[in-house]
Amino acid sequence: MSRAEVPIISLDGVVKSFGAVRALQGVDLACRKGECIGLVGHNGAGKSTLMNLLAGVFSAEGRIALDGVDTADRYSVAVAQAHGIRCVFQELSLCPNLTVAENARIMHASLKGIGWRKRAGALIIAQLDLVFPGHGISAGDVVGDLPIARRQMVEIARAFTVTAAAARLVILDEPTSSLDAHQAGQLLAFVRRFVAEGGCVVLISHLLGEILSTADRVVVMKDGRVVAERPAAEFTRASLVAAMGTVAREEAGRGEATVRRSGSPRVRVAAERRAGGIEFTAHQGEIVGLAGLGGQGQSEMLVRIFDAARRADRDIDVSGGVALVAGDRQTDGVFPLWSIAENITIASLARLRRGFLIDRAKTSAMAETWKARIAIRTPDVDNPILSLSGGNQQKALFARALGSTAETVLMDDPMRGVDIGTKQEVYDMIRSEAAGGRTFLWYTTEMDELRHCDHVYVFRDQHIVADLSRGELTEEKILHASFAEVA
Amino acid sequence: MSDAASPPSPLRRLMARPWLWAYVAAFAVFIVTILFTGGRSGGEVATAAFTFATFSVIVGIGQMFVVTLGPGNVDLSIPATITLAGAVATKIMDTQDGMILVGLLVALACGAAVGIFNYGLIILLRIPPIIATLSSSFLVQSTAIAYGRGIRIKPPPALADFTTSQVFGMPVLAICVILLAAVMEVVLRRTLYGRWVTAIGQNIRAARLAGVPVGRTRFAAYMMSAVFAGLCGYLLSGFSGGSSLSMGEEYLLTSIALVVIGGSSVAGGNSNVPGLWGAALFLFLVVTMLNTYGFGAGLRYLATGAIIIAVIVAASRRRTAR
Repeated sequence: MSRAEVPIISLDGVVKSFGAVRALQGVDLACRKGECIGLVGHNGAGKSTLMNLLAGVFSAEGRIALDGVDTADRYSVAVAQAHGIRCVFQELSLCPNLTVAENARIMHASLKGIGWRKRAGALIIAQLDLVFPGHGISAGDVVGDLPIARRQMVEIARAFTVTAAAARLVILDEPTSSLDAHQAGQLLAFVRRFVAEGGCVVLISHLLGEILSTADRVVVMKDGRVVAERPAAEFTRASLVAAMGTVAREEAGRGEATVRRSGSPRVRVAAERRAGGIEFTAHQGEIVGLAGLGGQGQSEMLVRIFDAARRADRDIDVSGGVALVAGDRQTDGVFPLWSIAENITIASLARLRRGFLIDRAKTSAMAETWKARIAIRTPDVDNPILSLSGGNQQKALFARALGSTAETVLMDDPMRGVDIGTKQEVYDMIRSEAAGGRTFLWYTTEMDELRHCDHVYVFRDQHIVADLSRGELTEEKILHASFAEVA
Repeated sequence: MSDAASPPSPLRRLMARPWLWAYVAAFAVFIVTILFTGGRSGGEVATAAFTFATFSVIVGIGQMFVVTLGPGNVDLSIPATITLAGAVATKIMDTQDGMILVGLLVALACGAAVGIFNYGLIILLRIPPIIATLSSSFLVQSTAIAYGRGIRIKPPPALADFTTSQVFGMPVLAICVILLAAVMEVVLRRTLYGRWVTAIGQNIRAARLAGVPVGRTRFAAYMMSAVFAGLCGYLLSGFSGGSSLSMGEEYLLTSIALVVIGGSSVAGGNSNVPGLWGAALFLFLVVTMLNTYGFGAGLRYLATGAIIIAVIVAASRRRTAR
């Protein structure tokens, strides 16, 4: 394998923006035959964008060359597939209502005519036998009936099956997230065999041990750039973590010691009944952070606490009312047919009545007050909520929660799509409300936001794995806890 | 209301109402109908329209609250509930004037029982509402058949008199149901319950996370729909001289048509009560008009379908333009 060999695909100064967000700001990457590239980085570092770009899902500015030939703007999913570039997405892409064989057929147009189902079944099962010996899956199984691990195995094996076009470059996004240690080991061993036979694999994983043991070369991304690229042998776990994070910044800020953790908590979630389970508590006037990588159970915890405030839960004690600020506005927050005022007041209507009826004067007054307090940019609060920009819709959701009488406010990564100016306004508001005795539970994946917290719990794989007070809080510690591995 | 900033003209505001088109259509059809007779039987046509629209509006209100809950929510058990309530009430009243109130309570209780049963199927067995209410309608209809054995019992004379009485050509029952509709419009717009229903219809997950008691609200809507169906069955059996096993039949599609033609969103979350009256009058008058002009049965169905489509298209154009 000479280094001079022409890469299967190479990116040169590739830039990708989504609206005002620059997801990739000039990335160079070359994928060559016979190597496994480990791709690591924080949430939002641009890994998924890069992967979608390689697979031809997104177009981008910059130069993309296939086998040394510049594809200019003609790069697409079809071109990628014709060149043997395959992708295994994190959100599994199998059709749950079809069988394993039928799902295999979707990728292979050449399997047609009488008996295609049988041939497709044989193809996928042979591949499964190769990657995951003893997998226990049969071609006739309906995918929706398979447990998540087996679905992931089918998805992975399918990406390596060959009919018309060879599989030359396979991109695996968090391929082991649903697999157990044994299956993960089978997969990584297969990746090494595939690479040894001249294939190329891009492996994206949060499990650094996997990356270090399997990849030849490690690419570290941060804020849409490649910040480090070296042979895997030159990295250690610690140096990899350090490469991903910012160098621990001066975190003086508001460094006053927090000694308010006393009295009975507003929210208490009993420790899990397993070794090392950590109890979750939040007291009056505290801002408590829920940290870790995205989707490690933080949102689920907030929803459980929200429900527990209404219906008894034997593991969760909540005193006082609870309101939630949704981060996923469209799914969890906004009522699209309503006005801004109606969206703000929905959680407070019980106090805005005269007799049985909702008092328009009172609802308008509340909406106007919050429009002013949180600077919602609209000429009239009776305008439809959808007339607002995303950030201003988010402010309306903040107004809904902060304007309610709830003693505890749960925030589910609420700053998505919010510009920096608004963020500062909202941070100030949260701090002053907390000083006034309100409790905030704040799920965020951003280190800068965690610095506003009095206490931080780090989540990994649906469990709390670390409990850090403000004094102990560093980015290093959070990253270490987020990536810690079952050895 | 202080609309100091940009006061939209009253006409403009009226034009933006989604229910307007049902009334415009009803009025147009009414004019075309009485043109045929040279204006002579206008009063009678109007009286008949209000009389028959009354019953469909009663069930339409319940159906509307259910539909407002969002996609997939519909009550198909209305006809069976009408039949059961009518059969049970007339048998219990047994033509005795003194039993009128008891009969009413029994009819409402029949509705309540069906409502509880429907929601039980939806929640406990996790059956989609459309299937749950359809299957319960078979059970309810069978119960009505077993109970009444198809024997037609006359209603108490006082009930029959009340349901057919008029003041100045206006059916008394219609006046009562106009008041009922007004109350339900206030419930929809100005009470917590109305807001909750509307919120759930737009985004059920967001509603839950905004603290709306989703389960109770949905239960109440299915309950209300069934209780109104019970009320309709009771009044209808008084009006038409006793209950029959097919008395509810036409109200299934009618109740849904009223909701749609009245300008409420089939997808939920955006409803209005006034449109139900406009739509009910319109539906009756269309049939009357086609009859007046001597259309045969086949052509009549064809024309009814075409006119309904035209009205819905016109109304939805208005709304998207807004």
